Amino acid sequence: MLSALLVLGGLGLVLGAVLGWAEVKFRVADDPLVEKIDAILPQTQCGQCGFPGCKPYAEAIAKGEAPINKCPPGGADGVKRLAELLGVDPPAADDMEHKPRAVAVIDENTCIGCTLCIQSCPVDAIVGASKQLHVILEKQCTGCELCLPPCPVDCIHMVVVKEDLATWKWRYPVHTLRRVA
Amino acid sequence: MEHYLLILIGTVFVNNIVMSKILGLCPFLGVSKKLETSIGMGAATTFVLTLASGASYLIDVYLLGPDLSYLRTLTFIVVIAGIVGFTEMFIKKTSPVLFRVLGIYLPLITTNCAVLGIPLLNAQAQSNFIESLLFGLGGALGFTLVLVLFAALRERLEAADVPKPFRGVSIAMITAGLMSLAFMGFAGLIR
Repeated sequence: MLSALLVLGGLGLVLGAVLGWAEVKFRVADDPLVEKIDAILPQTQCGQCGFPGCKPYAEAIAKGEAPINKCPPGGADGVKRLAELLGVDPPAADDMEHKPRAVAVIDENTCIGCTLCIQSCPVDAIVGASKQLHVILEKQCTGCELCLPPCPVDCIHMVVVKEDLATWKWRYPVHTLRRVA
Repeated sequence: MEHYLLILIGTVFVNNIVMSKILGLCPFLGVSKKLETSIGMGAATTFVLTLASGASYLIDVYLLGPDLSYLRTLTFIVVIAGIVGFTEMFIKKTSPVLFRVLGIYLPLITTNCAVLGIPLLNAQAQSNFIESLLFGLGGALGFTLVLVLFAALRERLEAADVPKPFRGVSIAMITAGLMSLAFMGFAGLIR
């Protein structure tokens, strides 16, 4: 009995030690740039950038294959931070695919309470239960439009957020640099 | 020398681990959709299985002995899992290309019953160290051979006009059965 315990315990210890040693010895650093870009992206995995998620988009940016202004949920703030990280100028305002900030709103008269939009929302901004009216939390909604296609009765539409005292904020300054030499 | 050669040929063709021992069927059916992936899986399995047979023999003889032989299955599983983990890290460091080719198949080997089956059969047959290694290598080569052949067949089947009720997994099962029958033809090769 004791020898069995010793043998198995010893084996576990030895294997654990070897694996731990190998983990340190054979460590391969992942590309740190991809991780940093991925940290800035909003992780909604909405796919509006044309890539199947935030990580693939981050990899494409790191390789220089994708422009940094393809992420609507990240907004102008995200583009600015990406530009800072990568040491490039943020694309000028007119190159950017500019969309006014919008939130999704559910039409209360047509919603059948099917919960399909709740499942598709990447930021859990929709509350509701089966066969109950669903409501979108305006503050959480990133305007990613992912809830539009699953809705079987097309009761969700995007409403542009009007600027008033509560939602207004400073525009990000955009300078176009002119090359001198 | 002839004895060892016979072991190798015997395990590859006559006592093929998939076709006559019916072990390792999950990767056989699961990873045989494309020829390239099946080659990758075969290579990874060959490496791990040979190493696992040798290590299991040493542990069985020098660590467990006759008193603790009831711990065989448990220890072998632990050792195989350890070897697979170590191999994965080693390959990731030394050959990123190979790592990308093998990819998900490396960790999958842990659950391949053929990898556990061959060390257990070795222990049962009381083979010596060289024999154990050869059984491992031969079994793995046989596994690779059958896997690659089967993958090639299934790629052809994709283009074939299979009757509707037989499409997909059913025709794969039938093909596997026919292949097994064909491998029985090797039975007369070595007594």
